[in-house]
Amino acid sequence: MAERYSSFSSGSLPWFLQRVTAAFLVVVLAFHFFLLHFVNHASEVTFAQTTARMEEWGYLLTMVLFLLTATFHGVNGVYAALLNQGLTGTKKRVVQVVLAVAALALAAQGTYVALVMSGVM
Amino acid sequence: MSQSYNRGLIEDFGRWREFTAGMWAWILHKFTGWVLIGYLFTHIAVLSTALSGANAYTNTLQGLESLLLVRVMEVGLLAVAVFHILNGVRLLFVDLGVGLEAQDKSFYASLVVTAVIVLASIPTFLEGAF
Repeated sequence: MAERYSSFSSGSLPWFLQRVTAAFLVVVLAFHFFLLHFVNHASEVTFAQTTARMEEWGYLLTMVLFLLTATFHGVNGVYAALLNQGLTGTKKRVVQVVLAVAALALAAQGTYVALVMSGVM
Repeated sequence: MSQSYNRGLIEDFGRWREFTAGMWAWILHKFTGWVLIGYLFTHIAVLSTALSGANAYTNTLQGLESLLLVRVMEVGLLAVAVFHILNGVRLLFVDLGVGLEAQDKSFYASLVVTAVIVLASIPTFLEGAF
């Protein structure tokens, strides 16, 4: 059997969640690009069009889930890459805190913007 | 019979000439991942102009889209996203133990399909930019 090489300790919860979010993101990221560059053109996007889409609860829910899964997948991926570079001790702890704060800030701001766009807030 | 061999550390980028297809796939997946998470922070910052009202949002988006540099960078973002998606699907299959023996070929296929999708998308992405 060929040798495997992974950033994660295989079978751990972050390893599993990285793959679950990946399966979701493959579909939603492709949909997002297709909708906003081919069905609609990014250069023609207006606030009215955005709010019309975000007022659909299914679309809003998909976009918020997209944000949350992308944030987890991205930040967890960065953390795994840094661990691979040999991060240990205090530096590892500092990176954990910085990435956690950045992820929470991104998720909170993105969710807030989505709710404003949808007219909920 | 199981076989294993030591390819050495992939993080030792100085020995890039010795890297195999799977190692290049690994590096490109990391690189495109860093770009995508960096872009996500930028994307939410730009969309946050919606908090300043309809005009601020529309003018910001359309102002950015009027710049050729932004359009070209969007093509780059598409390339990065498509490769990360295709190689990500490849990794999910490898994790399931499917196609492990052809993992180098599926990496080359990811590169070719990415190139085809990106080249075919350029007219749409640059429409009205000139």
